[in-house]
Amino acid sequence: MSRLRAGYVAAPILGALWAMTMAVCAAVGLAFASGAAATPGFLPAAIVGAASGLAVVFAPADWFERMLGKAALAIAAAVLTFVLRLGQPFGIPLEEASLTQVAILAVYAAAISWPLCGILKGYAWNERDRHMFEHAVIRFLTCFGYVVFTALVAIPFYVMVMTSLKSQQALLANPLDFGLDLEKGWELFRSYKELFGQFNFGRYLGISFVVSVATVAITLLFSVPGAYAVARLRFRGRATLSRSILLIYMVPMIVLALPIYIAFSITGLRNSLFGILLIYPVTTIPVALYMLQGYFRGLPVEVEEAGLVDGLKRLGVIIKITLPLSLPALASVSLYVFMIAWNEFLLAFMLLDDPSIFTLTRGVAMLNSSEIPRQHLMAGAVIATVPIMLLFLGLERFMTRGLTAGAVKG
Amino acid sequence: MVGPPSESGPLQRQEVRLAWSLLGPTLAVVALVIILPLLSIFWISFKPVGLEDLRPPTPTAYERMRGDLEAPGDAAAIEYRLRNTSPKFPVSSVTLNDVLPEGLSVADLDPRCELEGRALSCDLGDWEPGYRERLRIDVTADEIFIASGVELRDSEALISGESRSVLLSGEFTTANFVRIFDGSEFWSVLWATSFYTVVGTIGALVVGLMAALILNKDVRGQGFFRGLFLFPYVAPVIAVAFTWVTLFDPFSGSANALLVQMGAVETPINFFGERPLALIMVTVFEIWRYFPLSFLFILARMQSIDSDMYEAAEMDGASPFQQFWALSIPHLLGILSILFLLRFIWTFNKFDDIFLLTGGNAGTRTLTVNVYEQAFAISNIGAGAAVAVVIFACLLAFSVFFFRFLSREEGL
Repeated sequence: MSRLRAGYVAAPILGALWAMTMAVCAAVGLAFASGAAATPGFLPAAIVGAASGLAVVFAPADWFERMLGKAALAIAAAVLTFVLRLGQPFGIPLEEASLTQVAILAVYAAAISWPLCGILKGYAWNERDRHMFEHAVIRFLTCFGYVVFTALVAIPFYVMVMTSLKSQQALLANPLDFGLDLEKGWELFRSYKELFGQFNFGRYLGISFVVSVATVAITLLFSVPGAYAVARLRFRGRATLSRSILLIYMVPMIVLALPIYIAFSITGLRNSLFGILLIYPVTTIPVALYMLQGYFRGLPVEVEEAGLVDGLKRLGVIIKITLPLSLPALASVSLYVFMIAWNEFLLAFMLLDDPSIFTLTRGVAMLNSSEIPRQHLMAGAVIATVPIMLLFLGLERFMTRGLTAGAVKG
Repeated sequence: MVGPPSESGPLQRQEVRLAWSLLGPTLAVVALVIILPLLSIFWISFKPVGLEDLRPPTPTAYERMRGDLEAPGDAAAIEYRLRNTSPKFPVSSVTLNDVLPEGLSVADLDPRCELEGRALSCDLGDWEPGYRERLRIDVTADEIFIASGVELRDSEALISGESRSVLLSGEFTTANFVRIFDGSEFWSVLWATSFYTVVGTIGALVVGLMAALILNKDVRGQGFFRGLFLFPYVAPVIAVAFTWVTLFDPFSGSANALLVQMGAVETPINFFGERPLALIMVTVFEIWRYFPLSFLFILARMQSIDSDMYEAAEMDGASPFQQFWALSIPHLLGILSILFLLRFIWTFNKFDDIFLLTGGNAGTRTLTVNVYEQAFAISNIGAGAAVAVVIFACLLAFSVFFFRFLSREEGL
């Protein structure tokens, strides 16, 4: 074990692993950018990485602290890769997409040298200290984790957007090629134009927005008084009630959807937005109730008592003191409920048949047919995703708090 | 400890009244839309009811003229095509009412019918399921009819009868439960459910823990990555599920193209269409989509651990891995177990994801997907409800366990 910790063993191993990771990234990146059959070439990458690792631990400590040292290491790595793969750094002839290849080779080499200098910082070739070793391993794992997680999360979204901009023929001809033909100009957005023109997506966007906002309003209207009562007022059965909220919150939607479908079919509420507006808030009220009561409990009682002493009635206290104090929580709950309503698919799918009153998710589900080209489906997915993402990015603080407060549900 | 005053003074009574009036509307709504459907699920699960039975059995009459009436004295017949729409249930006391056009004289009247002036009324008795009949009334035209140009259908034939929907009848059966517990299908559903739930839950927790460990350092851009890692959870399920289907498509999917071009596999893999790969893929999707939640909770807990402890451990010579095992893990155990229980129940309940990815094919039919499959694909509402009852029973068992545990953990 202690031999593994020695600088001259640990550094080349970590270097090789890191370079192999970067090689996979570079190959996938090149394939996505040009559609070429790039291969990572594990063995050359391992050699380049090991050599870089050794260089870092054997050189005097301050060499690679400086920009110049790192740049020199990167250039050496690039040249070595070029030589080891016989002039084809990614397994394809240089003539093919040469500019992209050169750019990616440069990024690849820099992505080996910079992080590696960080990972092996302070490590000397004859070092055997356990702390030093574990810190280096942890730094390696952290960098590795950043890369893997970013790729895993970003690639599906990247594919979604890029596929929506392609034509059916291009997609079938080479599914790997996500390069954009910028000469086409606005023609790139043809799928979107058709969705908004022929498939009525503008209307669905509007319906989804109105339904979600109305759901938020109705949910708050019911859950604020309920949550206040559970959190603050003393009455028999409070504890039981508080628990049953959590219990209701766990009933699966599909179990409820079946009888709701039957009841709506019999009463004629099926296939109407009124029916949807009736049912959406009910699915979100328990969540909102659960989140809000937690927040109300955390508010200082003294402020409310002061209000009571000054002659306000309970309702006055709620409206004039409690609600203004809990505005951030209300924002979180609203955002979370909005997200649930916007993303809701099952009920919309089961209850709506009439294409003139589809919500956005139901509209996207309609596009999933063999007669409609794939890029339309992906464009629909993008249209459904972008508004909620913008909202999320703009108000991330509230959203994250909302998620942590109540989002054991999914 | 001094509790709140227990005597019920006027103020206290007022407070109780206020509490119930604040809670009243919410409780009423929740009861109406959650408790009522749950009870009805039990009722329906013992009923032999299919999708087509949701419409009550009704008698219908289609009216038309057989023969041409062009000159006075021409004879023809009015024909009513009668039918009971339900192939399974009778309709009783069916009556038909119509007004015949002016200027027709009736030659031969069915014994069940009566004619008063031009008003025709027939008492057609009880119809068995799927009953069909053609009722003919022979008529002769005179000048008035020819001159008026009245069409037969200008007055609509009104038909009505009494029927009971099977949903309300007193007929019960255990056939639904026999059907769903029958044979190997039930075991495969149970296996898919257990695999998906257990592996999906643990996977999402472990991946979330790893993501939290990575981000639990003060690095520049931490906020950016935290936002990015939440994307899979925030995006609409329909968008990401279809993206995965597109990405892993055997013919035009980028993942397959990548694997083939890099030489990792020889022929494209049908990721969502093969056993047992499909089940693994939907579980991976579940992990991918829900790791952000556990990540968020675990990160919040990590950042609230006192950093003094780590400094003390560092002074005592504990290495980073020792610190992780001896300090971080014990502190995270509470949140990890709560997350496990909650996510376990929620993964068990998950429907949309599998439904969109595979539609329950290729060995991915879990209990929740089976509800849909039975009720809508096979059109057997009763069997669907029976599966829902099974789900509910499982959940009840989970939540008993859950509350025992949670009361100890959190003092809820």
